Amino acid sequence: MNRRFSWFNATSLTLGFAFLYLPMLILITYSFNESKLVTVWAGFSTKWYGELIHNEAFLDAAVVTLKVAVMSSTFATLLGTMAAYVLIRGGRFYGRTLFSGMIYAPLVMPDVITGLSLLLLFISIGLDRGIGTIVLAHTTFSMCYVSVVVSSRLATFDQSLEEAALDLGCTPFDAFRSVTLPIIAPAVISGWLLAFTLSLDDLVIASFAAGPSATTLPMKIFSSVRLGVSPEINALSTIMISIVTVGVITASLISKRSIVKQRAEEQKAVRN
Amino acid sequence: MAQPASRPVFAPWNDPAAKPLIQFKSVTKKFGEFVAIDDVTIDIFAQEFFALLGPSGCGKTTLMRMLAGFERPTKGQILLDGKDLADVPPNRRETNMMFQSYALFPHLSVWENIAFGLKRSPMPKGEIGPRVEQMLKLVRLDKFARRKPHQISGGQRQRVALARSLAKAPKLLLLDEPLGALDKKLRQDTQFELMDIQEKTGTTFLIVTHDQEEAMTVASRVAVMDHGKMIQIDTPDRIYEMPNSVYVADFIGDVNIIKGNAKPTGEGRFAISWAEGQPDIAAASGAGIAAGTPVHFAIRPEKIAISADKPADRANAVKGRIEDIAYLGNISTYKVELANGAMIKAQVANDRRLARRTFSWDDMVWLSFTDTAGVILMK
Repeated sequence: MNRRFSWFNATSLTLGFAFLYLPMLILITYSFNESKLVTVWAGFSTKWYGELIHNEAFLDAAVVTLKVAVMSSTFATLLGTMAAYVLIRGGRFYGRTLFSGMIYAPLVMPDVITGLSLLLLFISIGLDRGIGTIVLAHTTFSMCYVSVVVSSRLATFDQSLEEAALDLGCTPFDAFRSVTLPIIAPAVISGWLLAFTLSLDDLVIASFAAGPSATTLPMKIFSSVRLGVSPEINALSTIMISIVTVGVITASLISKRSIVKQRAEEQKAVRN
Repeated sequence: MAQPASRPVFAPWNDPAAKPLIQFKSVTKKFGEFVAIDDVTIDIFAQEFFALLGPSGCGKTTLMRMLAGFERPTKGQILLDGKDLADVPPNRRETNMMFQSYALFPHLSVWENIAFGLKRSPMPKGEIGPRVEQMLKLVRLDKFARRKPHQISGGQRQRVALARSLAKAPKLLLLDEPLGALDKKLRQDTQFELMDIQEKTGTTFLIVTHDQEEAMTVASRVAVMDHGKMIQIDTPDRIYEMPNSVYVADFIGDVNIIKGNAKPTGEGRFAISWAEGQPDIAAASGAGIAAGTPVHFAIRPEKIAISADKPADRANAVKGRIEDIAYLGNISTYKVELANGAMIKAQVANDRRLARRTFSWDDMVWLSFTDTAGVILMK
């Protein structure tokens, strides 16, 4: 196999990355634009970041978004971890295949359908739409991601550790709390971060689930853009990009490091 | 070494008044259609070092997991101290287990691993510390108390696992292939250490192993299993000298098996005719065997002597040609081919240097053994 870095490879790499990241680069660049006109470069400035702090509407939306993200990712982590545990440890119970299929289905479900069905549910049971319903909606779709992350860790977990805990006098719950949970903690944390970032960027589902009383940041940005793109929005988007980037990188680093560490320890154990 | 006459022999299994600690009463375990344990009945007595021996897949681990509470018998009863264990969950059983993978908690230090079970027992807080220190001393790991499991060697990990399972002073300690991951030299040292600890603590040990040498070394009694069935339960010397079947004779150590037909010659003596042109084998057996019964004659290679001339005083002597010699350092195994093509193994201790060896390849020699050296097996 030719492993040399050929011109063809270089071109496809450049094109691919340009395709993915050029729009974001432009957005970040223009967030530092002095001019009020988005498309005309008038020199470097951070003044739009300053103005952003005084924009009440944006700040309110940011607070709502953070509240929703923290709550929904926490619920999603609880439910997703439980689902993963049952799927991996529950043995072959009746309907297991159906259950595991149903856990993963929302991953590929179009957001519009998830949003619409939730909206119909909220209306039919007479639930007032607001922060609460957005949290519910976000929990619903992000718990699937958590359960995927946690179950892949649980699948490689030595079950005799749990048996040892039971053998030494733990109740099944105590065994989970004092042995299983500390060991799978990195996967649970990275699941939480994933759910958090997913909730942070969601526009479609939030639009369906939100009422007039609650507006998330992506919703606010989307509605402002319809009146024209302002440099303030560029600045705001840049901040969101950085938060999401940090979240995703941290999550993947945590899970990767724990896998590497676990492998190293297992190899060490084999060698000894 | 002979034991002083005053010391009583530990053999509660021969005492009809002794009460067993563990009783398996016709226990059967099925996984779907597969029968893992087939109608097993055993009594294990307090302070015994009991070994379950068999090839992998014979059901020995399942038997142990039923004692720990991780599997339930499909049929039959398991009693601990006379109480039925069926509805007792693992965390309420007075047994502890040492796992094959050791199952040390990677996020806890050696000290915390050993204290883990004690913290979940009624033991007062103040006594936990001293107990952990005592266990650490027992397995000689005092210096490693603060280390995490991945910071110590395999042999040390094995000792932590042992200390952790002994800390709660269980009535019965279950050891699942405890020495499987250690190399041979370390394994032999640890076997003696295990016996020492078992004697010091007075705990009843049940060990599962596929290594017959290990079972013979450590155990007071050995149970040989095959395909979920108990084949023979006996002391190591009787398992070796008096196997009850070809399976046990063949599984434990090296053996020559000769097929033939038995003919009583009086007073528990039999003559086994086994090949055209070869003299009948004279053998002893306590069993009443009718004339013409097909039997197997099993004899250990070290019970066969090898000589240049026909010995006058041995009940059995056959002539053959040395086909092969396996030199093992302390002993040599001679493979001798008889006139009818049968191959017999004889083992001789190398009490002289190799250069002074009497016999060599293709020498004609006499193989001889007494009439009580082998056993007659019916199955």
